[in-house]
Parts: sequence; structure tokens; C-alpha cells
Amino acid sequence: MIQLNINGKPCQVDVAPDTPLLWVLRDTLHLTGTKYACGVALCGACTVHVDGVPTRACVIPVSSVAGRQVITIEAVDQQRIGQAVQDAWRKLDVVQCGYCQSGQIMSAVALLAANRQPTDADIDETMAGNLCRCATYQRIRAAIHEAARALA
Amino acid sequence: MTGIGIANLSRRRFLRGSAGLTLGFVLPAAGAAAVRAGGGPPAAATFAPNAFLRIGTDNTVTVLSKHLEMGQGTYTGLATLLAEELDADWQTVRVEGAPADARRYNNLFWGDAQGTGGSTAMANSWEQMRKAGATGRAMLVSAAAREWQVAAAEIVVRESVVSHPPSRRRATFGQLARAAAAEQVPARVFLKDPSNFRLIGKRANRLDSVDKTSGKAQFTQDVFLPGMLVAVVAHPPRFGATVKSFDVARARAVKGVVDVVQIPQGVAVLAIDTWSAKKGRDLLTVVWDESNACKLGSAEILARYRELARTPGQVARRTGDAEAAFARAARVVRASYDVPYLAHAAMEPMNCVIRLSADGCEVWNGEQMQTGDQHALARFFGLRPEQVRIHTLYAGGSFGRRASKDSDYVLEAAAIVRAIDGRAPVKLVWLREDDMRAGYYRPLFHHSLAAAIDADGQLTGWRHRLVGQSILIGSPFEKAMVRNGIDAVSVEGAANLPYAVPNLTVDLHTPTDIGVPVLWWRSVGSSHTALSSEAFLDQVAAAVGKDPVALRLELLAGHPRHAGVLKLAAEKAGWGTPLQPGMAGERRGRGVAVHESFHSYVAEVAEVTVARDGGVRVDRIVAAVDCGIAINPDNIRAQVEGGVGFALSAVLHGEVTLKEGQVEQDNFGNYPLLRINEMPLVEVYIVPSAAPPTGIGEPGVPPLAPAVVNAILAATGKALTRLPLRTAELAA
Repeated sequence: MIQLNINGKPCQVDVAPDTPLLWVLRDTLHLTGTKYACGVALCGACTVHVDGVPTRACVIPVSSVAGRQVITIEAVDQQRIGQAVQDAWRKLDVVQCGYCQSGQIMSAVALLAANRQPTDADIDETMAGNLCRCATYQRIRAAIHEAARALA
Repeated sequence: MTGIGIANLSRRRFLRGSAGLTLGFVLPAAGAAAVRAGGGPPAAATFAPNAFLRIGTDNTVTVLSKHLEMGQGTYTGLATLLAEELDADWQTVRVEGAPADARRYNNLFWGDAQGTGGSTAMANSWEQMRKAGATGRAMLVSAAAREWQVAAAEIVVRESVVSHPPSRRRATFGQLARAAAAEQVPARVFLKDPSNFRLIGKRANRLDSVDKTSGKAQFTQDVFLPGMLVAVVAHPPRFGATVKSFDVARARAVKGVVDVVQIPQGVAVLAIDTWSAKKGRDLLTVVWDESNACKLGSAEILARYRELARTPGQVARRTGDAEAAFARAARVVRASYDVPYLAHAAMEPMNCVIRLSADGCEVWNGEQMQTGDQHALARFFGLRPEQVRIHTLYAGGSFGRRASKDSDYVLEAAAIVRAIDGRAPVKLVWLREDDMRAGYYRPLFHHSLAAAIDADGQLTGWRHRLVGQSILIGSPFEKAMVRNGIDAVSVEGAANLPYAVPNLTVDLHTPTDIGVPVLWWRSVGSSHTALSSEAFLDQVAAAVGKDPVALRLELLAGHPRHAGVLKLAAEKAGWGTPLQPGMAGERRGRGVAVHESFHSYVAEVAEVTVARDGGVRVDRIVAAVDCGIAINPDNIRAQVEGGVGFALSAVLHGEVTLKEGQVEQDNFGNYPLLRINEMPLVEVYIVPSAAPPTGIGEPGVPPLAPAVVNAILAATGKALTRLPLRTAELAA
């Protein structure tokens, strides 16, 4: 049994310790907002926060997050930055297919937590790890600026 | 500090001053199997005047979408049409995927088949959905008139409220729902004059934004059914190979693995979760029979195509006498263009959930071809089509891939279910590597073009020869869309060249001995024909010393909608004004292209910067669009922005290659997609129009590649003839 803390709630899971956190979130806990798309930390669709740090859940073994605070898209609205980012995403209708957007939002929240007034260059640098095949990138940039304004 | 890093990437950087988060989210019970389509539980059907509309006593207006929402905004668009004529409050509108039922939900442009593709969703539904809304409105009005004993003509409907101003009576849709259900469905209804539109042409926010920003939107990947097994499959390394033998011992030893079965597509490992299934699959030893496998390499295929291009193909269009024009020409301009196989690479790899029951089968899928897949599954399981019930979920992208012409991945899921005698529901999960190597690519094409120019510098002849695999031959669509051996989608965009060239021949070679599965890829034939014809036209312009916009306008006299978008894009881009110079060693240029696809017209002007080392940055794209009446202008902008990014990905990076029949790419490391730092600024201008709406999901794609290639020509003097671009060709 591995002790986890997901979205502020303690829980125990009985899985092989090398199982990536992604599959524990999805298949064991049915927190399906965190997405599988590449499995090798190349696309960012599975981004979650581990102790506040954006982390690719597809390559981090579940055993290594034991006892640490894991936050997923399902709880990102519990804090002010997360709410502001979601609001900006909705106001500007960033999403198209939506499959990558949980990861985009988790990365954007972490960016704004570290840098309240990111420039386009800051956004490009941080968000370049998150692929969007629908190429909603222009709106992602705009929405991050929008969220930054709302948080100012 | 500029950006922030990802904790577990190889290039480690750490977040400074990470926020303390306070959270109180409650985990759902493991095993909860809520299956939503379009969000939320199924709507109460208190008032369901037709197949597309339900109004509940809680005032909720539910629109049933016969089309798949894969990002293109269909759910929002279809709901806009219906809600406009219903006069519904947009805040109360939600959408559900309609069941598979070709009788009620056929694509009106596709005869008796239900499905989504060819940028037809709005165009074919334009009247149907408005009439569905108007019917609901009329029944709500007559219910109110009857209840209040007033004249229907005096009743006003606005934002889901029905009122009778003279008597100051009012009622919500919810309050009238039961009474309206008892009204007779009117034989005919009247549609609004466009001047009275409140939603069409205005900003109606996407109805899927909330679910897609909170992790609640349900994709096929997110389906969990009681007792469901996850299947991961060992696929053959080459197209056409089959299983000779396999050893399951190590796979079966993996905890969580339940079964290993052979299917026509390979060997499937079934487990209680995805990770166990993957571990088991990776431990399988399979010996493949490759006696009938395709062992060609991309270079070999291209060499064959070049050889074929030396001889005339089947004629797709002949106007005047091109041979005579070339014989008389003062000058001949020639060029050839090569484009590679491309993977759709939707973010959600292909997947499908199937459950067999005593009375049929149930399917959960980001379903793009309801009727085709329903019939294929019915044949496979020996059922009647109506025994195959399909739940259409959101698709995490498709770009054509989920519109499988032969139900490939759906039948793979079915084969696994049958191999275990249907004793458990199965979710087939393709890992990224499976998805990328599975074929069904945009076909590799070789184009060879020649232009005849007379002594006065006039373009008198045009010959365009194409060589590439057919998507339609051998598919269920062959009968309808292949004429005299010409696959309509191989030559679309080339055979209907709009320019006034008096002597023109377009011909086609369709090799049938290349064993690589091919499929439509966002904008289909136009994904390569726009490049070849529009990039070549700039070479002609250079040869005759004419401005590319001026030459196009000269040749587009009979095509006002092409000319309209071209003029608008040129004007907004400041065509003809000097570009701001780049940094030392940088070369900058502007290029243009215009193309019609799916009855929509798009012109794009690209501004590029080419570095000394040949690296290309696309700085800005100015697009002008004429897609008829703009149902949702913001979604039109979004689709063109996305289309530009999708197309630019192919220009800069996209290439699937084969070596001795093996696909050399497997993930985003060796099949890179456009990232945010490569995304240009995109401006989209919409031509005002009262014409019926045409497509917008695809038409933003075709002009991008030629506009960029033409901008590179302007910047460097080098005419690129193959994609993706090679920076070495552009080094100063």
C-alpha cells in the first residue's frame, strides 16, 4: 500500500510502486482530468503539481510522490490562481478539442505562481513543454495575460 | 526568473517560491462510472418536439448534436442555430452527442449516412437545426396562447421566456414544457430574417469550455465500466505483416494481466488497468510473418513517383490545348514539389470501448463515422445495425483520423471483445507509439508542374501532374467519389484551379502497389495541392516580373470570392509596404496564397524571418476568410488560428518516413509538433456575407504552406520544393 495525498485528501493505493502517477490517478482513482498523450514527458498533457511544482505524471513513479501533496486539474480551482486561469480560459474560449488543456492550465498556474507578470517570452519558454495539436497557442498566451491582469 | 521548469524533465529547473495550496477536493469513489456525453447527466425529455431538441421543466435546453465535437466548435455552432430560432437563453443551453441513427441524424450532404467530415457540419445543418428550433418555439407559443386564451401573434419569445405583453403574462420554457409537449408539431415554420438574429453572427461562448477547463469533459480514454479490461496490442512492425507465433509466458506473469489473445491485427494483452496491459504487451515475444508485408522505404516510393511523373497520367481536367501552348511558348517554367506522409497525431491516441450484451453491443467512441462504424460492427458481430448502440463522446482531436474509412481501430477493439467471448467490456488503448506507427497517413505526393509563357509574358499554358496513393479506391466511398479512375480528393484544389489559363491539363497517377494505409488529413487533397499550385504561381510571377498579388488578381477575374479574400488579406497585411528589417544577418519576406476548399475561400499573407543558419521563424499570418454567413465569428477565428498552427507544424516539422517498410517515427521526439514558441501572431478577417455557411474546420490549413514558402522565396530568393523545409537549404 502506498500512502498518497491527492488534492488535499489522503488515500491509499495498492499498485506496483513503479506505476506512473498518471495511471494511478486515472485508472485507480478515476481522476480522469489528467490526460495520457505521449507517456514520455514530451507533451505535458499529464501535468500535475507535486508540492507545487509542475510535474509530468506519466513518468514519475507513484512511489516517489508518497507523502507529497499532489494537485490535479480537478482541484485547481480551489486556489485563487487556478480560478483566475480557468476564468481567463473560459472568457477567451481557449479550448478546441480540450484534451491537452488540463495540462496547459496546470502549467499556466505554476507559471503565474512564480511570475505574476509574465511576458510573451516567459510564456513561450514555460509553456513550450505543453503541446496543443489544435494550436490554441495564441489564445493560451492571451489567457495567461488575462489571468495575470485579474490577479494583479 | 522568466519561465518555470518542469520538475522531472531532463533539463531540470525548479520553481521559485512555490505557492502553498489549500484544497478541499473530495475524491470520487473508485469505480464510479459516470459516462457523460457533452457533460452532465442525460436531460429530462419533458418536451421533445423533434430529434434535436429537449426542454426540461428545469428550463434546460438540450441540443442533440448529430456531429462529433473534436475541437472544431460543432456543438456550439449547432446549438447556436437551434437556440437562435428557439429564442433560448444561451446560458441554459447544453449539448449531448446524438445516438447513432442514420434515419434521424444523417449528414444531409451524405445521403443516408451519419458522420462528420469535409467541413460540412454547419453547412448541412444550417436549415435543419434552425427549423428544429423554430418548431420548438412555435409549439411553446401555441401552448402559451391556449393556456392564456390569447392570440399567438401577440406572443413574444425572448431568452427562454414566453410573454404576452398586452396581458403581462409570462412563463419560462420550463413552465411551458409539459403543455408544449401536448401541442401538435407544426407542418411548417417560419425562420427569422437575418436582421433579427441575436446569436448567429454574434459572440456565443463555447458550450464545452467549462468542462474542458475543469477536467470534466469526457473522452473515450476516460470511460470506465464495471469489470472493464484495458487492452494494449502488439502491432506488427510492417504494414501487412501477420502473427506467426507468440510467447505469452512473461506477459502473463505481470500482475494485473488477465488474458492474452491473438487477433487479426496482432496480439492483445488484457489487464485490469492500462499500465499492467502495457507492461504485459512490452514483455510479449511475437514472431511475425512478413511474407506479404510492405518493405518499401520512403525514398524508394518517391523515386518511383518521380519516374511515373515522366509519363502522362489519367486526365482530371483538360481545358484548351496545353501541348500546343507549350509548343508555342517563349518560355517554360518548371518545378516539382514533394510532400511526405503525415500522421494526424491527435493528442488523444485512438481508442474505443465496446461492451457486448445479450441483445447487441454498446460502443463508446469519439465517433466520427456513426453509420460506417455501426454497420461494420454489425457485420462483424452478426447483429442488426440498430443493435449496435454508439455513445459519441468528445474526441481529443481527429483531423480526419477518427473518420476511418474502414473502421480500423473500432474493429480492432471488436476483435478483442470477440476473442474473449464478450465476457468483459474492453477499452482498447493505443499508446502514442501505436497511434503514430499505425498508418492511415496523409499520402506522400509528388507534383510536377510546368507553365507556358508567351512572348508577351502572358501565362498561356499550365500542366499539373500528380502522383500519389488514392484514399478512396478500395474504400466504401470509391463508388461515389472515384470517376474514371480519378480519386476526386487526390486532385481537389488542383483540377479546379481558379486561374484564367486558356490551356490547362491536370493529370494523375495513382499507384496501387504501395502498402501504406492512407487517409484524409485536415483539408485532404488541398493539404498538398494548394502548396504546389500556389507556390508554383509565385515562380511564374517571378519569371514574368509581376507582383504575386497583382498576378493573381489578374487571373481571378471570374472568381470574385477568391479575389475578395485576396484583396482583404493583402490590404490588412500591408502588402506592398516595406517590412521592418530583421536583425543583422536575418532575411525577411512576405508571401501570399489563396485557396478554395470545402466551398470556403481563404487567403493568407505570411511574414517570415530567415536566420543566417537557415532557421525560419514565421512572425505573422494575416488571413482573410469567406465562409458564407459567419455563424460564430470567434470560432471562425479560432479555427483559422488553429489551422495555421496545424499547417505550420507540417511545414516546419511534419514527416513520417519508412525504412524497409518500418515507420521511423514513434512519438513527439522524432515527430515534432508545433510548440507555442513557434506560433506566429495570427490575425483573421472575415468577409461579410449573406450566403449560406460553408466549412471552416479545414479551409484555414491549405494556404499556409504556400504563403510561407512564397515568403521564404521573397526573403531568400530560394524556392523550396519539398516539405518539411530543410534549414540547410536556406543557410545564407
